[in-house]
Amino acid sequence: MATTLADAPETPRTPDAPPVAPKQKFRWGPVGSGAVLVLIVLWCLIPFYWMVVESFRDPAFTYDNTPWFAHNTLSNFKYAFNTVNNHFGRSLVSSLIIGTCVTALAMAIGVFAGYALARLAFRGKGIVLAAILAASMFPGVAILTPIFQLFTDFGWLGTYQGLILPQISFSLPLAVYTLTSFFADMPWELEQAARVDGATPGQAFRLVILPLAAPAMFTVSILVFLASWNEYLLSSVLYNGRDDVAPSTVAIAKFTAGPHIPVNTQTMAAGLVVTVPLVIVVLLFQRRIVSGLTAGGVKG
Amino acid sequence: MTVAGPVEETTVEPETAPKLKRSRRTAGESRLAFFLITPTIILLGLVVGYPIVKAIYQSFLTDRNLSGAFFDQGGKWNGITNYKYWLLQQCPSGNGGTISCPDGTFGSQFWGAVFFTVFIAVVTVVLETAIGMGFALVMNKAFRGRAIVRAVILIPWAIPTAVTTKLWSVVFDPQGILNHVLGTQTQWTSAQWPARFAIVIADTWKTTPFIALLILAGLQGISADLYESAKLDGATAWQRFTKITLPLVKPALAVAVIFRTLDALRMYDLPAILTGGANGTTTLSILVVRQLNSGINSASALSTITFIFIFGVSLLLVKAFNANIVGAQKPAKEAK
Repeated sequence: MATTLADAPETPRTPDAPPVAPKQKFRWGPVGSGAVLVLIVLWCLIPFYWMVVESFRDPAFTYDNTPWFAHNTLSNFKYAFNTVNNHFGRSLVSSLIIGTCVTALAMAIGVFAGYALARLAFRGKGIVLAAILAASMFPGVAILTPIFQLFTDFGWLGTYQGLILPQISFSLPLAVYTLTSFFADMPWELEQAARVDGATPGQAFRLVILPLAAPAMFTVSILVFLASWNEYLLSSVLYNGRDDVAPSTVAIAKFTAGPHIPVNTQTMAAGLVVTVPLVIVVLLFQRRIVSGLTAGGVKG
Repeated sequence: MTVAGPVEETTVEPETAPKLKRSRRTAGESRLAFFLITPTIILLGLVVGYPIVKAIYQSFLTDRNLSGAFFDQGGKWNGITNYKYWLLQQCPSGNGGTISCPDGTFGSQFWGAVFFTVFIAVVTVVLETAIGMGFALVMNKAFRGRAIVRAVILIPWAIPTAVTTKLWSVVFDPQGILNHVLGTQTQWTSAQWPARFAIVIADTWKTTPFIALLILAGLQGISADLYESAKLDGATAWQRFTKITLPLVKPALAVAVIFRTLDALRMYDLPAILTGGANGTTTLSILVVRQLNSGINSASALSTITFIFIFGVSLLLVKAFNANIVGAQKPAKEAK
C-alpha cells in the first residue's frame, strides 16, 4: 500500500507505458502486443457473438452452423416470452425485485459498517474486517442446508423474502468490503475540517462524507446488484419449484420446450435478453466497475 | 458482539488533561463505530453465523428414514455416523452395524466429487492465472486500444454464469459449432473427460479476463522509473519481469489466486447446468444439493466437510502467499 501511495503523484492516470515499451530496437514488440490485444478482444467476444447469431437463427436451422447471421428470425424472442413452457418474462421481474431489495438492504446497512471500518479508530477492527471477509468466502452450500430446513418450517420456500434474505450472506460482505476500501481512499481533510468547525462525527458523516461518497456507493450498488442478478445456487434450491418467484438465472437454466426438444436458439434469445442490459450497464460504468472490482482486492 | 467488550474498556478515564481529551474522543469514536457496525454483525450473524452453527449441530443428528416397518422422524443424536458415511463410505446396516456403502449411494460419490472439485480448481486457477498474467502484461504496455479492451474484457465477467453455461452448452452441442469447426464428433457434455474439459474451457473463458483485470490493477501500481533504471543497469526483459514485476505484483496476484481458488472450490452453477454433475463432473456443492432431499442432516455433514476443507485451503494459501488480505484498512490508520 505504501508504494501505491507514494507513487500516486508520479504515475499519471494514462499509460505509464513509454519506458516499458522499448522503442528503439524491438519493432516486433508493438506488433506482438497488438496481436495479443486482438486475441483478447476475440476471446471475450466470439462466444458472445455466437450467442447473438444463434438467438436470431430460425429454430429449423439450429444445427446449420453458418458462422455469420443467416436464416434470421425474431421468433426465438417471441418464444422466450411465451408462457406455455417457461416463465421467463416473469422471472425477469422477479430478478429485478430480488436484486433491488438485496441491493437496498446491503447498502443501507453496509454503508455504516464501511464508514466505521475505514475511518473510525476502535479495537477489534481487524477481527471485524476478517470476519466480514470470511463471511464472503463461505461456500453457499454451507448455509444452504439449515436455511432450507428453517424456511421449510417457516413456509418461506418459494417466497421473495426466502430468496432475498439468504443473498445478504454474500452481498453484505461484498458491500462492506468494497465500501471500506473506497472510503479509505477518500479526501478526509474535508471531514476533519468539518470536525474542527464543530460538527460531531455523525454530522460530518451526513453532511460532508455522504455527498462525497455518493459515486462510490453507486459503484458498489452496481456490483451488489450484479452479484444478486447472477446468483444461482441458493435460488435454484430455495425457489422450490415456484416459477412465479424464480429469478432469471433459474428460469434460463431450466429453459425448455418439453422432453428431448432442443431449444438452443430460443435459450440463446432468452440469454441475450438477460445479458444485453448487463452489457450496457457494464459499458456505461466501465471505469467505475473496474475501480470497484480492484478496490476490494488489490490493496494489499 | 466481539466488538462490545473492547469498546467498553476504552472508556477508562486517565488523569492528565490532554490525555483525557484524546481518550474521550476515542471513546466517542468507539461508541459510534459500535453502533455503525452492530447492524452488519447482527445480520451476518443471522444469515451466515447461525446457519453455519446450525449445520454443524445438525450434522451430528440422524435423518428421517424408513427403517424396517417404522417411519423414523430422525433428529436423534447420531455421533459421527454422518461423517463416517461421507469420509469412509460406511452405511448403516439393518442390524445396527455398518456396511460399506453400495455403489450408487451419494456416499460412494464423495471421493470422486473431492477429486473433481480439486481437479477443476487446480486446472482452472493455473490456466486463468497464467493466461490472465499474459493479458495483463500486454494491456499494461499497450497505448492504443486499451480503452476498448478494458470495456470488452468485462463482458464475460458480467454475463450470469447460468447464461454463460447455456451459451457453452450450445457451443458444445454434439451437432453444434465447435464440433463443426473442429470436424469432430465429440460428446462434449456427456463423456467424462470431454465434459470435464468443457467445464474447464467455459470457466477459463469467463474468469480469465477478470483475473487479468485484477493483475493489471497491480501492474499499474508499479512505478515506471523502476523499469527505466533497471534497463539502464542492463537488465534483460526476463530479469525485469522476474525481479521487478513479479515481486511487486505479488500482493495483487496473491489476492486474485486466493479468491479464485475459493470460488472454484465451491463451484456449482457451471457443472450443475452444463452436465448436471453427470459423468464424473459432480462437485462437492452439487453433491450437497443432491443430498438435500434425501436427508438434510447428512447433507449438513457434507456441507460442513466442504466448508472446513475450503477454510483449510484458504488458511494454507494465505500462509503460502503471506498475503495481507485485510490490508484495506491500512490507509485509514495512516491517514490519522
